Amino acid sequence: MIAAIWEVTSRLSGLPEFMFPSLTQVFETLANGLMSGQITAAIGKSLGRILLGFTIAIIVGLILGYFIWRFKIVEDTLGFVVTALQSIPSIVWFPLAIIWFGLNDISILFIVTIGATWTMTVNATSGFKNVPQLYQRVAKTYGSSGFHFLRTVILPASVPQIISGLRIAWAFSWRALMAGELLGGGGGLGQLLEMGRSLGQMDLVISVMIIIAIIGTIVDNVVFSRLERSVEVKWGLRGR
Amino acid sequence: MYLTIDGIEKSFINERKEKVKVLDNINLNVKKGSFVSIVGPSGCGKSTLLYLIAGLDKADQGEIRVAGNLVTKPGPERVVVFQEAGLFPWLTVLENVTYGLLLKKMPKEQAQQKALEVLKMVHLSRYVDSYPHQLSGGMKQRVSIARALVMEPDILLMDEPFSALDEQTRMVLHKELLEIWRKTKVTIFFVTHNIREAVLLSEQVVVFATRPGKIKETITVPSMKDGVMPDGVTLQTEQKILSILQEEIEKVLKEEMGDDYSFKTNHLHRGDSGDMGSHI
Repeated sequence: MIAAIWEVTSRLSGLPEFMFPSLTQVFETLANGLMSGQITAAIGKSLGRILLGFTIAIIVGLILGYFIWRFKIVEDTLGFVVTALQSIPSIVWFPLAIIWFGLNDISILFIVTIGATWTMTVNATSGFKNVPQLYQRVAKTYGSSGFHFLRTVILPASVPQIISGLRIAWAFSWRALMAGELLGGGGGLGQLLEMGRSLGQMDLVISVMIIIAIIGTIVDNVVFSRLERSVEVKWGLRGR
Repeated sequence: MYLTIDGIEKSFINERKEKVKVLDNINLNVKKGSFVSIVGPSGCGKSTLLYLIAGLDKADQGEIRVAGNLVTKPGPERVVVFQEAGLFPWLTVLENVTYGLLLKKMPKEQAQQKALEVLKMVHLSRYVDSYPHQLSGGMKQRVSIARALVMEPDILLMDEPFSALDEQTRMVLHKELLEIWRKTKVTIFFVTHNIREAVLLSEQVVVFATRPGKIKETITVPSMKDGVMPDGVTLQTEQKILSILQEEIEKVLKEEMGDDYSFKTNHLHRGDSGDMGSHI
């Protein structure tokens, strides 16, 4: 239905084709882009960046979360800062990143990481804080302490909260990545958008948008939903 | 003496920043292999005492020794069975039971074998691979007991372990706990607010006074010659404990409802069930 309306309006409107391409043309460009490797290469580049940035963000977030949970003094100081930082859209960091690292890959990686880190930190902290006292007492009476305590009780007990943190963090860093690539260049889907704009190829822009939407949906629905669901089933939070 | 509690004092700071004494000069000796219950009105500090023995909390004064060792921190030789089973939901029943053994660096196979033996003792062999949420409340508490027993502790600390269960399940578990106790000869320190439960299970009942918590009286339950105790004896012992507790109950009620409240003058109806004094 939508496709039909699009096709018709595009053909009937007086706008030139490069401004409002028809659906068929978009699909053609999309197919060509995938075949020629132009779009596929960009996908690979973007995914590589986000995986790296996201992984760093998870690790940093968990470590910061641990310190905020463990030490009152860190909570009083850093805890507040993190909440404030979380409210800054990560693209805002970009000017700073360009000055620090130059207009290159590292700058993009930086904002991708920073986009996810604070959310991860906040979620990890509240996950750790909400570990029931009972589990902690049980583990302690069985002689668990230190790293073992962290690994076998605190981390697994906060898994549900950490997963929902991952989900939000992913959404943030995915947005940050696109914005960063759009401005920073250096390959990737974002840069392809920018290229489409400068060449006046709206069919390319729309193709890339479709790819972005598809990847975003796949990750959210397939990866995170499955992860969340399997934990819920295992814990008995939801029926099979 | 196996468990010695010597001059324990403990205070808490309440919401109004006042110091409230919960345990006042507690002295208690428990023989190896015995089954001792602590009863008292809620808030009398009986659970606090159990946490002190477990090492989960620190006393202001006095010392506790178990098998000659001074208690300073929690340890697997003094495991606790809590009111709620507290099983880790991310582990299977078997993994929950082997948790403590693997912590003690026991080889995995040996630990699993041992866990299976104990799970058999609590009649849960069929559920070793289940997750805790698939079990009923009574089954969870069985796993929790198995998890404690498998450690072969010096002393088994039980903090109102059956109070969240329904009556039938509780009766079954009473029987099973007594069997386990006879079989394993483990020393059991049992905190409850249910007088009947205390009399039914233990050899000795320690009655606590409240605010501050201290030992009011220690009653030896007439021994069971052939394992079966005549109902009359149980009832008599229960009655005796209840009369000791009455004063304490009144104290708590007065504090909560005002000075004009009187518990003693009210007519006490005692039904056939003999359940009076359980949910104080």
